[in-house]
Amino acid sequence: MAGSPIVIVGAGQGGMQAAASLRDAGFDGPVTLVGAEPQPPYDRPPLSKQYLNGEVDAAALALRTPAFYQNQDIDLRVDTRVAGIDRANAAVVLDSGARLPYERLILATGSIPRRLPVPGADHPGVLVLRTLAQARVLRDRLAAPRRVVVIGAGFTGLEVAAAARSAGHEVTVIEALDRVLARAVSVPVSEHVTRLHRGRGVDIRFGRQVEAIEGEADGPLRAVRLAGGESVPADLVVVGIGVVPDTALAAEAGLAVANGVVVDAYLRTSDPAIHAIGDCALFPSPFADDPLRLESVQNAVDQAKCAAEFIAKDGLAARPYSAVPWFWTDQYSDKLQIAGITTGHDRTELAGDPEQGRFSVHCFRGERLVGVESINRPAEHIKARRQLAAAGTLAGAV
Amino acid sequence: MPQITYVRTDGTSDTVEVPVGTSVMRGAVREGVAGIVAECGGAGMCGTCHIFLPEEQRLARGIAPIHPLEDEVLETTSCPRRENSRLGCQLAVTERCDGLAVDLPEHQVLP
Repeated sequence: MAGSPIVIVGAGQGGMQAAASLRDAGFDGPVTLVGAEPQPPYDRPPLSKQYLNGEVDAAALALRTPAFYQNQDIDLRVDTRVAGIDRANAAVVLDSGARLPYERLILATGSIPRRLPVPGADHPGVLVLRTLAQARVLRDRLAAPRRVVVIGAGFTGLEVAAAARSAGHEVTVIEALDRVLARAVSVPVSEHVTRLHRGRGVDIRFGRQVEAIEGEADGPLRAVRLAGGESVPADLVVVGIGVVPDTALAAEAGLAVANGVVVDAYLRTSDPAIHAIGDCALFPSPFADDPLRLESVQNAVDQAKCAAEFIAKDGLAARPYSAVPWFWTDQYSDKLQIAGITTGHDRTELAGDPEQGRFSVHCFRGERLVGVESINRPAEHIKARRQLAAAGTLAGAV
Repeated sequence: MPQITYVRTDGTSDTVEVPVGTSVMRGAVREGVAGIVAECGGAGMCGTCHIFLPEEQRLARGIAPIHPLEDEVLETTSCPRRENSRLGCQLAVTERCDGLAVDLPEHQVLP
């Protein structure tokens, strides 16, 4: 396919990897990587961890050096917004009006933080954490002592809570459900993570609905008001109630969209000239009964490699996407690692000792092992990934 | 900026500048140096940035000893670990790393 241009929209982990992997796979035509953010692709997970607590600075987050893009002949365009996709003429239209013709297009548009639908949520003291620019604001605000209220006990919210608490701030976490990470992990792991936070002095409140965020219109925040009248004083609120896939471009272009851009096993959208990868893609997986949409570095990177190989070989001897999903989070000095898709399990087996802070939860649906969650047991996690990969290959072959 | 050399088993090598505050793994990946995979992006949980670091080099450059979790991951590398095996992502780069040379294993993932 030499000479036929490939355009990648979205310069996060997935978009960058797709560009690099196209070259690795021997594709020598033009590759253009378009990103809306002002800086070249960077490592996002540290934003809520080492960047927030000051261990690393922004310069250290770059995924590749400027020389890399030059040497690989990747046309990286940062600070560049896409206005639409002209499918009839196979071109991406930029905000500037410029057109980028494509033979193949890869959508790696990622996800955007879900907004809190309550009065006061647009107060400048209410922050979300997704981009480097947002992380910079949060880090600056945490330079002085604060009463921080985190809304949502998901991965990002808890990582922010851990970083803020470690820096000495007063931290309260408000969660609507009855345990932390409720949609992501089993009960024993939830309990362990809750103990970690409470042991460090984080005030976690379960089963609470946020009704409003109160503060002066042009002044400081005052409090987070909960249903039932309870009020939590706050100088700073961080909302971490999940993300939604950024499907706007795909939907406007008439591609099939559900909870994500719908793709087939080769990550092709309803238009076979367009692939979608990473956070924005809804894909079939041997590791789940229903189509999956995953928000992880692993998923972005592995899907980028899969799509790049498909495109570089023009679909010849193509392999369906079948990577084992895995994920990790740092909570203080503890490491939680998840292999497989554990949601929807109906039985668990515990290995190791939660009291010692080192254990794994093996999650089953019926007889089938669907995933393993480990606390401070990396070898167990790696073993589980290999085990699931072998089983997944088997399931795919049947 | 400190320069670090990555030596592959076929004798080829790359010498690159690595910013202080990053890691021996990140230094290779950001330049696209062949021989380091770093599947997990530096979380110390995949064992695919396996390198060999002579003990005298470690001491001379003030690099921290192995953490128990790193030790556990090193048991799972695709090339068997040796006495001087480390994970590149766990090695913080300081000015003292200038001139450091590390050896890479034959592979990082099972072929």
